[in-house]
Amino acid sequence: MGQVIVITSGKGGVGKTTSTANIGTALNILGKKVVLLDADIGLRNLDVVMGLENRIVYDLVDVVENRCRVKQALIKDKRYGELYLLPAAQTREKDAVTPDQMKKLCDSLKDDFDYIIVDCPAGIEQGFKNAIAGADQAVVVTTPEVSAVRDADRIIGLLEANGVSNIKLIINRVRMNMVKRGDMMAMDDVVEILSIDLIGVVPDDETIVITTNKGEPAVSTPNSVAGKAFSNIASRLQGDEVPFLNLDTNDNLMIKVKKIFGFTQ
Amino acid sequence: MDFNQLFVKKNQSGNLAKDRLKLVLVHDRINCSNELLEMMKADILTVMSKYVEVDHDNLIIEVASFSEGTVEKNPILSANIPIRNLKKE
Repeated sequence: MGQVIVITSGKGGVGKTTSTANIGTALNILGKKVVLLDADIGLRNLDVVMGLENRIVYDLVDVVENRCRVKQALIKDKRYGELYLLPAAQTREKDAVTPDQMKKLCDSLKDDFDYIIVDCPAGIEQGFKNAIAGADQAVVVTTPEVSAVRDADRIIGLLEANGVSNIKLIINRVRMNMVKRGDMMAMDDVVEILSIDLIGVVPDDETIVITTNKGEPAVSTPNSVAGKAFSNIASRLQGDEVPFLNLDTNDNLMIKVKKIFGFTQ
Repeated sequence: MDFNQLFVKKNQSGNLAKDRLKLVLVHDRINCSNELLEMMKADILTVMSKYVEVDHDNLIIEVASFSEGTVEKNPILSANIPIRNLKKE
């Protein structure tokens, strides 16, 4: 029986799609059968981040409206093993899928896959409610900024109100040099404010831009610290105890030199 | 967590962000409009006025979240209502 994990944030642009692509790919590298489900109807992007935009034939709305079978819409990523993308529709509205349809789809995918990773749209409207309808657990992505943390808090409340109680936190785009000089909220501050479990801290990393440009997830790129952080998150999601990365450094050169484990709060 | 953080000054922008967030989340979390708070306030005072004479000029009824320097997940309705006279039955 598979697990449905929804990746959400409230605020746009904090790294939901990047997190979805990397966590899903990392779980696949760990040997799991994974579907990446893009629930951001009308603003799909998971396809381009994964580099699979040229292979879309059918999409999520085609599946729920019975124009094709689920298997026909799933795009297999040939670079990896059992890793599939179910793309969102680009020319439809957010309400093209109902919560009931979403739940039914997620439940049917659970029979064949270990993980269904759902990329949630930004916002708290109907699109969000549809995306979380089938969720067993949620990963909330935030950055250490007031706007993103505030929206994350709102999303956590809404997830709980909708019966999703297993919620984990990713703090993305952390700039350790700014944290050290006191000009960025520290990880403990964000965790204290949101009071949910931290599952990973991802540094602000140029390799994310570069790998996204190429349509390759950072987790399969050697020497990407952010990629390493996402791989660790995937391991923690499947229950492994992995120490937090040591991001304690002043410049980018040092990041590469000091890949020392043992970073704990 | 970090040796350097022992020396982080209070007025740095990271701390400012944290303090501002705590305040704004108090209001976000209660999800209660000012009108609702006013209505609640009026009802509380109506009930109390049945038994005691309330000092309307110095009363404070507000939503807070701070207790011992940490943020509570759930907001607290804090009321400080001075009483002028106990009404005799």
